[in-house]
Amino acid sequence: MKNKKSKLNLSSGVMSVVASFICIIIGLLVGLVILYCINSENALDGFSRIIKGGFYLMPKGIGTVLSQAAPLIMTGLSVAFAFKTGLFNIGAAGQYTLGALGALYFALVLHMPWYVCLLAAMVFGAVWGAIPGIFKAYFNVNEVITAIMFNWIGLYAVNEIIYRGAIGDMYDLKTTKTYSLRNAAPQSVIPDFGMNSIFNTKSTTIAIFIAVAIAVLIYIVINKTTFGYELKACGHNKDAARYAGINEKRNIVLSMTIAGALAGIGAGLYYLSGVAEWNPQVSTALPAMGFNGIPVALLALSNPIGVIFAALFVSHITVGGGYLPTKYFQPEIADVIIAVIIYLCAFVMLFKGVVANALSGRKKKDVPNSGKGADE
Amino acid sequence: MGNSEYIIEMLNITKEFPGIKANDNVTLQLKKGEIHALLGENGAGKSTLMSILFGLYQPTSGIIKKNGKEVKINNPNDANALNIGMVHQHFKLVECFSVLDNIILGIEPAKGLFLSKKGAREKVLALSDKYGLKVDPDAIISDITVGMQQRTEILKMLYRDNEILIFDEPTAVLTPQEIDELMKIMKNLANEGKSILFITHKLNEIMAVSDRCTILRKGKYIGTVNIADTTKEELSKMMVGRSVNFKVDKKPANVGNTVLKIENMTVPSKMHKNNAVKNVSLEVHRGEIVCIAGIDGNGQTEFVHALTGLEKMSSGTILFDGEDISKASIRERSKSGMSHIPEDRHKHGLVLDYTLEQNMVLQRYWESDFQKAGFIKQGAVREYAERLIEQYDVRSGQGPATIARSMSGGNQQKAIIAREIDKNPDLLVAVQPTRGLDVGAIEYIHSQLVAQRDKGKAVLLVSLELDEVMNVSDRILVMYEGEIVGELDPKTTTVEELGLYMAGAKRKTGGQV
Repeated sequence: MKNKKSKLNLSSGVMSVVASFICIIIGLLVGLVILYCINSENALDGFSRIIKGGFYLMPKGIGTVLSQAAPLIMTGLSVAFAFKTGLFNIGAAGQYTLGALGALYFALVLHMPWYVCLLAAMVFGAVWGAIPGIFKAYFNVNEVITAIMFNWIGLYAVNEIIYRGAIGDMYDLKTTKTYSLRNAAPQSVIPDFGMNSIFNTKSTTIAIFIAVAIAVLIYIVINKTTFGYELKACGHNKDAARYAGINEKRNIVLSMTIAGALAGIGAGLYYLSGVAEWNPQVSTALPAMGFNGIPVALLALSNPIGVIFAALFVSHITVGGGYLPTKYFQPEIADVIIAVIIYLCAFVMLFKGVVANALSGRKKKDVPNSGKGADE
Repeated sequence: MGNSEYIIEMLNITKEFPGIKANDNVTLQLKKGEIHALLGENGAGKSTLMSILFGLYQPTSGIIKKNGKEVKINNPNDANALNIGMVHQHFKLVECFSVLDNIILGIEPAKGLFLSKKGAREKVLALSDKYGLKVDPDAIISDITVGMQQRTEILKMLYRDNEILIFDEPTAVLTPQEIDELMKIMKNLANEGKSILFITHKLNEIMAVSDRCTILRKGKYIGTVNIADTTKEELSKMMVGRSVNFKVDKKPANVGNTVLKIENMTVPSKMHKNNAVKNVSLEVHRGEIVCIAGIDGNGQTEFVHALTGLEKMSSGTILFDGEDISKASIRERSKSGMSHIPEDRHKHGLVLDYTLEQNMVLQRYWESDFQKAGFIKQGAVREYAERLIEQYDVRSGQGPATIARSMSGGNQQKAIIAREIDKNPDLLVAVQPTRGLDVGAIEYIHSQLVAQRDKGKAVLLVSLELDEVMNVSDRILVMYEGEIVGELDPKTTTVEELGLYMAGAKRKTGGQV
């Protein structure tokens, strides 16, 4: 009995992975076709650069992939966590923006050590996540609508706080961005323990390990704890959760708060690693890192461990896209491929079904399909 | 067409699912113009067999013949083309459409790009007249009764000129009056030459309307009998594989002190402006089964929700074991010894996407037996679930790891009952605990309720089934339009008298019960 059960679980897990891989392969093929349409001579070269991704330019590329993946894991977790409670956290981008403010303010203005800045990013993101949660739980306002509103409110508020008519404390007139952390607040940069010298980069820090550790933590919370049990119960069946005495309103708020906190940490990991600075005048679009959490969560089928790999993959081909010869191609080709893959993610369930059928079809063959001869 | 005696034949049908043989060499032959019942316990394979006939599943082996000619049914459209129609247990109606729109949905008569409903309306009215199917073609589905929704489903089949009509447990959702009416309609249809397949596990209904009956047990074909030559007892024996006791065995009640005392409970309605429960006062004592009888929609649901904490009362008090729990949370009520077998097992009773074991601890995952420092003790949960599965005979494909959604209705209900009774509650609130279940399961659940009573626990049963009300309870309270209109003793009252109270034709004056 037990044996049989573990076998079934395994094959279901394998099917999910296979299905995700099918999406990736189709997405890559579509990318290849696009490359051919644009410039057939250099298509294969360009394609191989995308596929090689971070490996194209060793070891620097790997370092870049890792530093990009860390925040992406966090925003992916943010969306995946909310999914588990039946909520769609489209507000990861806004929570990420607030997280960036928290991290930068504590670093550049208060000159706090990096872990305090990271906590600040978490708290700022959590507050921004909690608001749609509260609206959803107590006023029955759809969290998608509130979150989208708060994405924009957050973005422009943060821009204004940083810029303040060019006299903001964090604003560097020379670069028109926030001050570089490495110069202005070295104590707030996440340590790299020599990783930058290994990868020959400037911003490869232990952020990736922090992100992976948090992903594992989230996996444990969702699957092993009573809290995760309650959250999932609310996500699957609100009425049954209520019947079981679970406070579903509290759980909605908590779920969104934690999702916000995760996205906030993502921003902290990004800015405190010094990958980039905030540019309040150019940043009139929501940070892509926040939105990319949605495809990462989808590709991973909301599994926190899967999120790690999905985020690594997405940053891998994004970095690969950056290595395209700009003479012939735009680096955004990588975004097109990701977009196709993400679009196909919606079909992951379908592929999973196809894979399952293919597997069971093999077993069926030895069943005789003649049933002739009625018995009356 | 062929000269076969049978309009539809399903010969030697076998259907395998991973881990289970849902149909094992089953043969079903339907004569033209007959009402043929398909009888079996939950999980016996009735629904699978009908899904095969309707083209939703393909048989692993076996053939289907219509009028003696072999046919392939690959999807419901094929079934439709063969004039096979089905009324599903859960209706397939568009809630915000009118009756007429639902009937013509899919085959809308059109002139150019525009609908022309005039002809359709005439045809529907003619059919409705011919078969005594009273509907208002312009009423919106969400506004009409379940009975009228069902008649709409039947008209949908007739409108498509279906010859073979499948009724999947049609009476599960109906009141006794509506059931009587449906029986009449079915007989009418058969007299007009329609052939009917009637899936059910209610023996009374089979005896009342069917000509023949095919019995399945655990996926296997047991036999086909003429109803005229058989008895209820024989049918149930074929279905369950042993003799079934229709009378509930119970000793006289040994009534103890008061467990539950409700005073002047009033609950507002969500559907209309009036109160759903009006000034209800009652007591339940240890060692007795009190039954709240009534026709569906007379405030029972709201009453139970207010009692268990799912809804708020607008006034009144609830004393449970002497303590005022009027404002207590659902969890607090559950902790203090109240168990609730909910009316809607899919909505409230189970998290369908959880495994059976996760559902088994739904009311107690937070207890120290099942968690330590917030971490669920998987081993303890598994062990507990395995014990309940064993003790309450809950059948499923993969034991405790089965996803609840994939289990049959009867076994889902058994799982809920196992969970709620095993909490060893002082008060067990059981709302229609046997709804949609077969005689074997009903017998078992009734004996569990009586066992609770005999252990000195209080049982508050809410039921629509007259048999259940009369057989199981020690005291009957009749609810009509949100009020308790009478208290009856099942030993001295009759079904007819009970019916009069339920219909509001009779009431005890004085109010207080």
